[in-house]
Amino acid sequence: MSQPIENQKQQVNFTLNGREVGGSAEPRKLLSDFLRQEMALTGVHVSCEHGICGCCTVRIDGKAVRACLTLAVQVDGRRVDTVESLAHAGELSDLQKAFRKHHGLQCGYCTPGILMSVEAFLEISPKPNEEEIRDMLGGHICRCTGYTGMVRAIKEVVEQRNEPVPLIEV
Amino acid sequence: MNDSSSPKKYLGQSVERIEDATLLRGAAPYTDDIPVPVGTLHAAILRSPHAHADILSIDVTAAEQRPGVHAVLTGRDIKALTEPFLIVLRVPLDQWSLAVDRVRFVGESVVVVIAEDRYLAEDALEYIDVKYRPIEAVIGTMDATKDGAPLVHEAAGTNVVSRRDFSYGEPEDAFAKADKIVELTIDYPRNSQTPLEGFVVVANYLPGDESYDILSNFQGPFTVHPVMSKALRCKGSQLRMRSPAYSGGGFGVKQAIFPYVVLMCVASRKVGRPVKWVEDRLEHLTAAIAAPNRVIEAKAAVMNDGKIIGLHFEQWDDYGAYLRPPMPGPLYRQHGIMTGAYDVPNMTIVNNLVMTNKTPSGMVRGFGGPQIYYSIERLVHTVAVELDMDHLEIIKKNLIPAGSFPYRAAAGALIDSGDYQQALEIAERDGKLEDLQERRDEMRAAGKLYGIGYAAVVEPAQSNMGYLSTINTVEERKKAGPKGGNVAIATVNIDPLGTVSVTADSLPQGQGHGTILSQIVADELGLTPQEIIVNMERDTQRDPWSIATGNYSSRFSSSTVVSAQKAAQRVRAKLARIAAQTLNVPAEEIDFVGGQVFAKGNPENTLRFSRVAGTTHWSPGELPTDMAPGVTETVTWSAPELEPPNDKDQINTSLTYGFVFDFCGLQVDRVTGEVRIDRYVTMHDSGEILNPLLADGQVYGAFAWGLGIALSEEFVYGGDGSFLSGTFADYLCPTAPEVPEPQILHMVSPSPFTPLGAKGIAEGNVMSTPVCIANAVADATGQRDLRLPLSPSKIMGLIDDDEPPAPTRAASEILVKSDAKGGRGVTGSGSARAPAAIQTVWDTLLDPVKLAAVIPGCHQLDLVGENNYTAEVSLGVGAVRGRFTADVRLADLDPPNSVVLSGGLHGPLGASSGMGKVTLTASGESTRIDYDYEVVVTGKVVAIGGRMLDGASRVLVEQFFRRLIAQIEGQNEAGNSAGSWLSRLLKILGVGR
Ligand code: FES
Ligand code: FES
Repeated sequence: MSQPIENQKQQVNFTLNGREVGGSAEPRKLLSDFLRQEMALTGVHVSCEHGICGCCTVRIDGKAVRACLTLAVQVDGRRVDTVESLAHAGELSDLQKAFRKHHGLQCGYCTPGILMSVEAFLEISPKPNEEEIRDMLGGHICRCTGYTGMVRAIKEVVEQRNEPVPLIEV
Repeated sequence: MNDSSSPKKYLGQSVERIEDATLLRGAAPYTDDIPVPVGTLHAAILRSPHAHADILSIDVTAAEQRPGVHAVLTGRDIKALTEPFLIVLRVPLDQWSLAVDRVRFVGESVVVVIAEDRYLAEDALEYIDVKYRPIEAVIGTMDATKDGAPLVHEAAGTNVVSRRDFSYGEPEDAFAKADKIVELTIDYPRNSQTPLEGFVVVANYLPGDESYDILSNFQGPFTVHPVMSKALRCKGSQLRMRSPAYSGGGFGVKQAIFPYVVLMCVASRKVGRPVKWVEDRLEHLTAAIAAPNRVIEAKAAVMNDGKIIGLHFEQWDDYGAYLRPPMPGPLYRQHGIMTGAYDVPNMTIVNNLVMTNKTPSGMVRGFGGPQIYYSIERLVHTVAVELDMDHLEIIKKNLIPAGSFPYRAAAGALIDSGDYQQALEIAERDGKLEDLQERRDEMRAAGKLYGIGYAAVVEPAQSNMGYLSTINTVEERKKAGPKGGNVAIATVNIDPLGTVSVTADSLPQGQGHGTILSQIVADELGLTPQEIIVNMERDTQRDPWSIATGNYSSRFSSSTVVSAQKAAQRVRAKLARIAAQTLNVPAEEIDFVGGQVFAKGNPENTLRFSRVAGTTHWSPGELPTDMAPGVTETVTWSAPELEPPNDKDQINTSLTYGFVFDFCGLQVDRVTGEVRIDRYVTMHDSGEILNPLLADGQVYGAFAWGLGIALSEEFVYGGDGSFLSGTFADYLCPTAPEVPEPQILHMVSPSPFTPLGAKGIAEGNVMSTPVCIANAVADATGQRDLRLPLSPSKIMGLIDDDEPPAPTRAASEILVKSDAKGGRGVTGSGSARAPAAIQTVWDTLLDPVKLAAVIPGCHQLDLVGENNYTAEVSLGVGAVRGRFTADVRLADLDPPNSVVLSGGLHGPLGASSGMGKVTLTASGESTRIDYDYEVVVTGKVVAIGGRMLDGASRVLVEQFFRRLIAQIEGQNEAGNSAGSWLSRLLKILGVGR
C-alpha cells in the first residue's frame, strides 16, 4: 500500500537570481534537483551528477559551483545565480549573443553551465588568453560542438569587455 | 533593393540560429523539463550486477512496503503483459524490457520500482533481493565464435547468429594475379558519443481506448514504432509517441530508448497513473548502447605500382547480449560503399554477427562507418608501408577518377558526384602539406617521434531503408517483398494573419534544422527566417507518417529540406494565383519580396503577404474556383535512386556521398606517450552548403568525437564482463584543452539526385578523424598494429621497445595483486624476488638516495626526522595527473627482515593515507620480498572510480619493485646505469617529465 511520506524538510532561504526566495528541502535533496523541481529553473541541466560534465554549474556567492554536488540546504543564506539571470530586460547578454554568433552551442544542454562558469571566470580573470580559456572550459564537457565556436565567442567577449572606454572630451 | 534577382537570400548564408535565443536563456523545454500530468509517478530500475546469470528468485516484498512505493515489476510481469521484441533475423534471441529468467549483460534491467518520487524509488531498490546463479560469460568477440564458448542465447545454438558472404567482380582472379597481398587485422573498440541528456520517458496508459500516450526524447520514434506496438500487443495507432522539439544531443543513441518506452507503458498500465523515468549517467554509460566493437580481417590485392585491384573484408560485428532493432544496421549501413573512396572493382565481404555478454549495440553517429574506414584506411597505409611507397601516392593512385560520376561502386553504391583529385589538390595547397612535411623532417632530425597521417573517406547520407534487407538472401528478399527508398515529409502552414509555420519529419538533436527550414521557406516566400516559426515536435498520432521519420544517417539535408522547399513552393504558387487575380497579371509574374507580393515589372502595385494569405482563410469564396481554402501544404518525397538490393546483392545504401580528405601532423611524446596534434586539416568535397556556420559546426563536432575515439574513449569490460567505464571520469570525453581547432576546407560538388544539391556533412569526420590520427601515430612510431583508443599507456607499450633491452631478470619475479574497495580504498599484496642478498635489499630500501630513485615519479626525497621522509612525487591516475607531497614513516624496524611503512599523499587532486608491511626472506642467492598494503583515498581522485585506483596502484607497486630490482641489479652490474632505467620506467608509467 502506498502511504504519504513524512519528510523532514528544512527551510532554505536564499537570494536566487537577485530575488529573496524560500523553500523547503529534505537534507539529501541536491541543489540541482531543488532548483529544477522546486524553483522551476530548468535551465540548470543535469547530465552526470558526479561533478565531471559541468552542465549543472550555477554561481553561489559568485563562484561557479556544481549544483549536482551541492545540497539544497547548503545554500541557505547565500546568493545563487543561474543561467536564467543572464539576459536583461529581454535582451541576451553580450556573452549569450557571442555564443549565438559563433555557433558556440548545438543542442544547448551544456550551455547554461558553461555560461555560468565563463562569467565567474571572467570576473577573476578578465583578460585570459586562449589557452587559459580552454583550460577553464576543461571543467565542462560538450559533446556537440568541439568547443571551437565557444572559444571564439569567449575571446570576442573578452576583447569587447576590455575595450577602453572612450574618453569624453570636455 | 532588388531581391527578386537573388531568390536565395538566406539559403547558403551563415544565418544565426533561430533556436539559440531560447537555448541560451536556459528556457528550452527538454523532455525532463516538460510538465507531466498530475499524479505522475517515478520509476527507478534495478540492474544486473552480473554479465551472465540465471535469476533464481526475486523477492520484492520488502521493497513494496517502502514509503511511497506503488508497484514493483519484474520480468514475470513483463513476460505476462508483453511480447518479446521483433528482430531482423529469424533466430530465437528473445528479449523483453526486463530480464526474464536470465541476465545477459551487466546493467540489464531486472526490476522496476514505481514510487512517489525518484528518491523514494531508488531507496526501495535496496530492499529487493535477487538471487542469481552466475554462468560463465563470454566477452571477447572472437572468444564468442569459438567452439564450446558459453552461449549468450542457448536457443540460438551459436553466438554467430548470422553469417553472409558477398562477392563482387572477380576477386579470386584479383588476388591470384596480385603482386602482393597486404593483410591487417583490426580490433575496433566499443564507444559512443554519449549525449549529455540521457533518456527520458513519460508514459501514460489511457484505459478508455486502451492506448498509450508517451512523451520521450526518442530521435526516431517511427522506425521502431511497429516493434514497440507489437511488444505491447496494441495497434500502431494506440501507441502515441510524442517527441519534443528540443533534445540534449542524440548522435543516433536516442534510438535505443525503445525498451524503456515499453517498460514504462507496462508500468503505467499496472499502476493506473502516468510514470516517468529519467536515465542517469551510470545507467547510460553502462546499459544504454554502444557502437558495436568489430574485428575485421582486411586484405588488399596490390600491384607493385601501388594499384589496389581487390579487397577482402571479413567482419565480426559484436552486438552484445541482444539484437535490438534497427540492429545489425552498422554491419550493413556502409555495405554499398565498402570500397571507400577507391576505384576497386573486385571485392569479397564476409559478415558475421556475433553475440556476447555486453551491452547491446546500437546506432551511433557514423553508423558502421568509423569501423569500416578504420580498416580501409589503415589497410591502405599498410600497403604504402609494405610497398615502401608514399601513403599519399597510394591514395592518389587508387581514388575514383574525376569525371566518372555518378560512379557505381563494386558493392552497389551509386556515388552521385565529386572531384576527389581536386579536393586533394586544394587540401595540399591550402592546408600547407609541404610545411607539415618539412616540420616532420625537422622534428625527426631532432629525435622526436613525429608522424603525418592521411584519410580519405566517402561520407554517405540518407540511408536507403532497404539496406538492412541485404542481410537476407536474394530468395528471402523475394519472399518478403522489396524494400528501398527513404520518404521525407514537411508541411508549411499559414494562419489567417499570414504568419508561417513549418513542421518536418526530422527530430533535430541540436543541429539547427529549424534554422535551415526557416531559411528555405523564407527564401521561397520573400520573408525573413525570423518570421517563420518552425516546430520540430513530432507526434505519431497526429503527424503524417513515414517510416523514415527521425534524425539519423544525415538524412535531413538531402531529403527533409527537399520536402520543405517543395511545400513552400506549392504555397507560393497558390498565393501567386490569388495575388494574380487581384493584381490582374499572370501568376508567373508574381514575386514575393520583403513581405510583399507584387507583379515583377510593377513593384509599386503590391499586396501585403499577410493579406494574400488571409484571403484563403477569410474569404474562400474569392479564391479561384478549383482552389481549396486554407494554406497548408504537405509534401512527401523519396529519391528514385534508392532502389532495393538487386539479385547480385548490390545495394545503393545511401542517396548522396560526400568526400572527406584529412591529414594531420602529430608528435608522440617519448616520455609520456601522449599524442599532441600539431595541425589537423579536413577537406570536404560536399554538396551545396545550406548554412556554412552550421555545416562547420557539424564538422567541428564530428572531429571532436573522432578525436575522442582515437585517443581516449572506450567502454571497457573486465574479463568476467564487469563494466569498468561507468563515470565520465572513466569514459573520457575530450574537453577543450584536448581538442585542437581543425582547419576546415570546402569545395562543392552538388548532388544531382536531390533538388537542393546538398549532401550530409555531419558524419564524415567521425569516420576520417580516428583513422587519420591512427595513421599519423603509425607513421610516427613505425607500428602497424594499433588498437584504439591510443591512450598514453598504450602508446608507451608501442614505443618502449626501442629502449635498450631489459637485463635478464631470471632471478626476480614480481607478483602484484590488489583489490579495489568500493572505489575509495585499495588493498594489495604480493611478492617479488630480488637478485641480491637480504642485507643489500634492506640497505637499498633504507637509503634515502636509492629510495628516491626507486619511488615512481619521485622528484625529491628528504629525511625530516628519524625514519621519517617527505617526498615530492608526480603521479597520474588515468586522465588526472598531479604533484603530491608524500609523507612516509618507517616503524617496527626489524633489520634486515621487516619494516612497516605508513604515511600519506596529499595534493590538489586529493589525499590518501595508508599502511604497508614489507617482509624480506633470504632465499638462496636472492631475496624474497613480501608486502601488503591498504590505502584509503579521498578527494577528487575518488571520483575516478575503483577500477583506475586499483590499476594505478598496481602499476605503481609493480614499478616500485621493478625499479628496486633494477637498482639492485645496477649495483651488481657496473655499467648498467640507473639513469636509463629510470627514464624507461618513467615512460612505462607515464609519469615524470
Ligand atoms: S551534472 Fe553536475 S557536473 Fe555533471
Ligand atoms: S551543445 Fe550539446 S553538449 Fe554542448
